[in-house]
Amino acid sequence: MLSSLAGVLFDGFAYGMLLFLLSVGLSVTLGMMNFVNLAHCSFAMVGGYTTVTLAGKFGWPFLATLPMAFLAAAVISFPLERFFFRRLYRASDLDQCLLTIGIVFISVAAFAWFFSTEQQSTQVPGWLQGSVQAGGMSFAAYRIFLIVTALITTGLLIWGLEYTRFGAQVRAAVDNQRMARGLGVDVDRAFMLTFALGGGLAGLGGALSIQVIGLDPTFALNYLVYVLIVVAVGGLGSVGGSFAAATVLGISDMAGKYYFPWLGAFLIYLVMVALLMWRPVGLFGKR
Amino acid sequence: MRKLVIAAALAAAFGAAGAAHAQQHPVKIGMPLTLSGQFADAASQMLNGAKTYIKMHGDTVAGRKIELITKDVGGPAPDVAKRLSQELVVRDNVDILAGFVLTPNAMAGGDVSAEAKKFMVVMNAATSVVITKSPYMVRTSVTLPQVMETFGTWAATKGGVKQVYTMVTDYGPGHDSESAFQSAFKAAGGNVVGSVRFPVANPDFSAFVQRAKDIGPEAIFIFIPGGAQPAALGKAMAERGIDKKKTKVLGSGETTAEAALKSMGDTALDIITAWHYDYMDKNPVNQKFVKEYQAVSGGRNPDFFSIGGYDGMHAIYEALKKTKGNTDGQALVDAAKGLKWESPRGPMMIDPETRDVVQNVYIRRVQKVGNELVNVPFDTIPMVKDPAGERRKKK
Amino acid sequence: MESAKDYFRREVRWRPLEIAFWLAALLPFVAAPSYLSLASQVAITALFALSLDLLVGYAGLVSLGHAAFFGVGAYSAGLIAKHYWTEPISALFISAMVSGMLGYALSHIIVRFRHLALIMLTLGFGLLVHEAANSASALTGGADGLQGFRVPGVLGFKFDMFGRTAYAYSLLVLFVCFLICRRIIHSPFGLALRGMRENATRMPAIGAPSQAHLRKAYTLSAIMAGIAGALLTHTTSTVSLETLSFGRSADVLVILILGGAGRLYGGILGAIIYMVARDQFSGVNPQYWYFWIGLLLVAVVMFLPNGILGGLAKFSRRTSSTSASARS
Repeated sequence: MLSSLAGVLFDGFAYGMLLFLLSVGLSVTLGMMNFVNLAHCSFAMVGGYTTVTLAGKFGWPFLATLPMAFLAAAVISFPLERFFFRRLYRASDLDQCLLTIGIVFISVAAFAWFFSTEQQSTQVPGWLQGSVQAGGMSFAAYRIFLIVTALITTGLLIWGLEYTRFGAQVRAAVDNQRMARGLGVDVDRAFMLTFALGGGLAGLGGALSIQVIGLDPTFALNYLVYVLIVVAVGGLGSVGGSFAAATVLGISDMAGKYYFPWLGAFLIYLVMVALLMWRPVGLFGKR
Repeated sequence: MRKLVIAAALAAAFGAAGAAHAQQHPVKIGMPLTLSGQFADAASQMLNGAKTYIKMHGDTVAGRKIELITKDVGGPAPDVAKRLSQELVVRDNVDILAGFVLTPNAMAGGDVSAEAKKFMVVMNAATSVVITKSPYMVRTSVTLPQVMETFGTWAATKGGVKQVYTMVTDYGPGHDSESAFQSAFKAAGGNVVGSVRFPVANPDFSAFVQRAKDIGPEAIFIFIPGGAQPAALGKAMAERGIDKKKTKVLGSGETTAEAALKSMGDTALDIITAWHYDYMDKNPVNQKFVKEYQAVSGGRNPDFFSIGGYDGMHAIYEALKKTKGNTDGQALVDAAKGLKWESPRGPMMIDPETRDVVQNVYIRRVQKVGNELVNVPFDTIPMVKDPAGERRKKK
Repeated sequence: MESAKDYFRREVRWRPLEIAFWLAALLPFVAAPSYLSLASQVAITALFALSLDLLVGYAGLVSLGHAAFFGVGAYSAGLIAKHYWTEPISALFISAMVSGMLGYALSHIIVRFRHLALIMLTLGFGLLVHEAANSASALTGGADGLQGFRVPGVLGFKFDMFGRTAYAYSLLVLFVCFLICRRIIHSPFGLALRGMRENATRMPAIGAPSQAHLRKAYTLSAIMAGIAGALLTHTTSTVSLETLSFGRSADVLVILILGGAGRLYGGILGAIIYMVARDQFSGVNPQYWYFWIGLLLVAVVMFLPNGILGGLAKFSRRTSSTSASARS
């Protein structure tokens, strides 16, 4: 029994890590610019389809496509931010919602046009398939890979935020934009680069998720709800918050399905409602 | 007298012109489909299947041209499906309603078909009661009890399985499959040791698979909808170490559909499924169909949505031939009853009493043939009627 | 300095544009008789959007789960009809009460929160109601929708295939609810709501009990959404899980923002434009109409901030030097 609990915890943690990668970008940009970007999962789709094209059509090895997925999503974010999002930083939340939903619709139709509505998959290298036996339990190799990638990413993000000048600028802009500008921080440039970073991470998440949850043009709408849940529960602008929230949600979702399968889909929403009622600003939220 | 002759001549002339005009003007087929959203792929496969039939057999039947008018329902939205069906009848003057990927939409369309007295061909929706919604309706796809009850009986008898643990998705078709399989399995002497239902959009199956493994049944029965889920479930089973030699995995056809097999890879080997169509079947009618389909669809292979669309068009064409182009609802449905033909899926028939589809159910196992994973059929239950429909007759 | 009474009297007076609008609503009967089914669904969506406007535009509470009340109203009406009570008007009242009660119960939790927490809580409750309906498939029919009922007509008029009765019925109910909304907005209660939207901390200082007001607004909004849902059931004789879905909640919010929140007519205008555009786009391009709708939304945001009515108001303020009131 204990071994199956450990197995469930492990799988739940891996699923949480996937949610984390998909959501952390939104948490940072939402906290930093107060910009409601509902098109966040469209960036994930860009990354996913990049991997599918490079690996499927051009025969690239899976791992090599991952940095390209990150880059493609980051690059797409530049013109979007410059020409559309930047004009609405001071607009109301509702207008930002409308714009970004419009962009989601456009992206869903565009991907359906270029890639058809077919379910996509990728070939991962042999050493990432199958499972690893340890201590009488089996752990899926791909999930180990997900966890390792997410941990490395978290480490890099936190190091970047704490120990680099750019990170300091981002933190200053999140805490108090006006003050940061007054001190000479190029807030616009910081926004642009943070947006690209957030989008790129979503793209990476999208590419990694193909193996676990598949990919088709409706991805941008399907996973939006889960991403919003992670961001809200974790607290805006907090990497640690997203990590904690994703972990809690991933594990409770898994454990719930194992121990109370009749609660099924209810559990993740109940957990979210309970956590938000307890801490409305999120686990690590500030305002 | 002269006036009478002129009047008669004029009447004859108008009559002939009218008849000729009727011959000229096309047969309009209105198709409410879920062309956007979650079920877009199913709808586009179905439409391609219909278009392939038209390409292979020409677009003229009984002297009249065939015209397809498609509308997007967007998803399971019976209010929209009903409105679109009404508009197709009232605004576009369609003669026939066809398509209907999802059950709630087919039910709504059935209401319109019954009220407007229009011939209706359901090309996918698989819930048994759909056929009762309109006396002008026929179905050319499949019904869940047809496959699942047959599978349950087969598993307990020829399949040699004594116990089963069922895992289905928690929605209508899942519930229907669960009860169909379980009741037939138990009736044939088997024992259901437990069951679980997955939440609808469930992305990760580890917890459920672990539960199944803890119980250690002789066989697991699965029903999940197509899309990303079959592959995710297959992989979860491999990751959690379900040995298919010790625990038989029995699934519905969608579990081992093309995209799922591609994604699962060798972890799919030895899964046993029951279904009515596989695109890899080697019979010559199917091989020709697949080739033509690939040309129409831009390289994709057909699936069971496609065959529903293809055979639906066949039913329409044959019925029109019998009625010589008359599109009256009663005439067409009477012509369609009892139609028998050799489809790419095998022999099939439209039951003259229930108007539902009668076809073979194939039991297949995933095996490696050459370098590919193939659903290899190893048993066939011929010309199965929808058991739920048969039970309704007795009431 | 005009008195409070004079202020309200002025606000409540009907402007000529409004009268023209409602008269124009009768046009489809003669000008577009084959579009009456669509018109009826536009009217229902307009009522739903109006109910959301009370919440978002006037009380300042953004909800992403409003379909819960729409769906509860729809299912109530369906279940009433299924149990052989097919008189629609009374069923409308009962369904309104059911969704009102749910709204009242939830309002005690919801109104204590703001910002993202509020949005996510409304989303969460909406999803929970949807799941509950899916699980209770013995009662609701689950994913296949509620079957086995039919609402033949209202007040002796049959619901026919052309949608005449449906549109007349929906339009009438929309108009009545609109009148009620209009009265509420232009009342001390309405003003208090708008005050809270602008500055929530100051309101209790001038003696307006804010939590109670918000709960009232939430309940009223739920009642109206429930009426809209029941209308859909009556006019189509169908109910499905889609009436409770996140998609419907998101759609109505988009419609409201498109038309302009907080302007009474924003929801109605948004519903007309969005649904007609969607119908036309999907008629022309059934597979990829999302693209054109997305483009429409982006264009509206970039050129008409605060929705269509907001953008038009700004435009008219710029072109006319005298304007009667800042916001309607």
